Amino acid sequence: MKEVTDKKRWMYETMVLIREYEDFLAMAYFEDKLPPKIQKGLAFDIGAGPIPGEMHLSAGQEPAAVGVCAHLTKEDSVWGSHRSHHFAIAKGIDLDRMTAEIYGKVTGLCRGKGGHMHLFDPAVHYACTGIVGGGIPHACGAALAAKMRGENSVAIAEFGDGAANEGSFHESLNYASLWKLPVIFVCQDNNYGISVAKADSTSVKSNVVRAAGYDMPGISVDENDPFAMYEAMGEAIARARRGEGPTLIEMKVFRYYGHFQGDPETYRPKGEIEVLKEQDPIPKAATRLIEEGILTAEQVKEITSKAQERVMQAFSFAKESAYPEASEAFQHVFAD
Amino acid sequence: MNSTVNKENVTDNLKVRNKAFFQAMIEGVSQEMERDESVFYMGQDVGKMGGVFQSTVGLHQKFGSERIIDTPISETGMMGMALGAAAEGMRPIAELMFVDFMGVCFDQIMNEIAKVHYMSGGAVKQPLVITASMGGGFSDAAQHSQCLHSLFAHVPGLKVVAPSNPHDAKGLMISAIRDDNPVVYLFHKGILGLPIIGFIDADIDNNVPEESYAIPFGEARIVREGTDVTIVGLSQTVQKAALAADLLSVQGISAEVIDPRTLVPLDTDAIVKSVAKTGRLIVVDEDYLNYGLTGELSALIAENLDKVKLKSSIKRLGVAGVSIPFSRPLEQAAIPQVDDIVAAAKEAMTSTIL
Repeated sequence: MKEVTDKKRWMYETMVLIREYEDFLAMAYFEDKLPPKIQKGLAFDIGAGPIPGEMHLSAGQEPAAVGVCAHLTKEDSVWGSHRSHHFAIAKGIDLDRMTAEIYGKVTGLCRGKGGHMHLFDPAVHYACTGIVGGGIPHACGAALAAKMRGENSVAIAEFGDGAANEGSFHESLNYASLWKLPVIFVCQDNNYGISVAKADSTSVKSNVVRAAGYDMPGISVDENDPFAMYEAMGEAIARARRGEGPTLIEMKVFRYYGHFQGDPETYRPKGEIEVLKEQDPIPKAATRLIEEGILTAEQVKEITSKAQERVMQAFSFAKESAYPEASEAFQHVFAD
Repeated sequence: MNSTVNKENVTDNLKVRNKAFFQAMIEGVSQEMERDESVFYMGQDVGKMGGVFQSTVGLHQKFGSERIIDTPISETGMMGMALGAAAEGMRPIAELMFVDFMGVCFDQIMNEIAKVHYMSGGAVKQPLVITASMGGGFSDAAQHSQCLHSLFAHVPGLKVVAPSNPHDAKGLMISAIRDDNPVVYLFHKGILGLPIIGFIDADIDNNVPEESYAIPFGEARIVREGTDVTIVGLSQTVQKAALAADLLSVQGISAEVIDPRTLVPLDTDAIVKSVAKTGRLIVVDEDYLNYGLTGELSALIAENLDKVKLKSSIKRLGVAGVSIPFSRPLEQAAIPQVDDIVAAAKEAMTSTIL
């Protein structure tokens, strides 16, 4: 019982940390990008400022990350996508070095060579990639390695609903089912592939039905709720660790920000964000945990201020860190 | 007593152990799999069948289905799994059957496998080998006859290996498996020595010692020594160049044939040194002529004109801006042949530069 209580508290704390991180980053991103410093005619300049490049935020998808990662050990691996800060944080990635990477600093996880879409932290077996669907077979490969070595670890492929229309998704499901790989496919349905709504891009209403085509269980988590995800994941991970093979889980999540920061979101129906905000999973979880006596209102406040402090520390670390020497651009093509 | 022992040793050292290219390649894989249990091999038809081009004959019997793995016809998934397994410490070999099929999985090779070590700032290694057959000459037409080594060599982060003879086939395979980087290892169908496809054998080096040996990358082999003209080839065109050199020598032209063996890394010194000696360069490639190996080596010499004095303009032979046609006379015309190399060398000998 204590374990469940601890897990629930951890899930809540981690969701808050992710949200505080993403909300702060959403604003920090625009530093030096907005007028008057930029050229006439530009709304903002993606390449300017201390955080250059595109930025894809995961606020609203926290329940998927914490519901999954609450079950994982350090040895289990997570393979993410371009929108994966939530999983990186939930998997326990070094937050200071992750932030430094986003700033392109030499103290970053990848010494500034990857940026926010390419975060690698082998210490916690976390990696992500900027190609939609690209990371799904990587998880199968990690699962294959674990299986060949007789280890008990599992691999998580986490991706958006848009990736479920990629060939790599379908090939991976076939491989995983055929070879009974200890992998769990976590599809987060945020209803958008960039700007195109799921109904306009996907032949099935729910990707879960695609699991049947590969003879594996498909679980639908219809509510953007960490505890529902935790429960669904429990079954999937137990099955994987028993050597019975993969599971596909699709979870309904929200994308509170645009596809990228600065996305004018002309495709989004008016008022949609407001409706989704009313269903924000974080305050809902807080209410529930207070009702269950796991947290007090005071503790909820403390968790938020602690998270804010942690976020500030990470951003300070990143800002104070040095850039890599230009010569580093020509290093790390090959391992020695 | 001692003298007898010495004699035996000398005999052993001189004993030539002839093997076909495909057998040498398999022996390299087999010895590495015995040495290192993290090595495994996956691909289409590599299991019981032993590979469409007999690239894994005998390995399934020896190592079983756990380590010699037949995959579905799903190349993207296979390449992606090679990445994931390598990142977790395994040493996968992923066979693509025909290099032409890289088109269905090139994203995993170009955007994922090639970039992981760099993008991670050196945090994640990719010790894996991608093997594929390549090349034409037996009327398999445009989608099953290409040599696409330059496409791989163009992308940073991939080492590219294309042996020309059985000795190198084994030693370079062993180095490829031991390398901590992604290595693309290409074998030309027309030098494999298979009983079902004709092959060229200019007897470059068919001696394949039984013991394990690794040939370092980036060290060219001088296949024929000569003084008048340098001919650089790769894979099967090295064999063709060697045959051309033999014909040229009868006509009093001394050709030096160089096999770079690996495109990445490339032994630029050996090529520059040879051209500095001969003053003439012919590059013969079965990959496309445009924007490929022939242009790259021409540029290399152009950039080294302070060390090289050319006596004639550089000649480039390649597949000149066309796909590989099916019909025999058309295919023969599209792919550089021994006669073309001989003609190019003679032309180089008679032409002058301004």
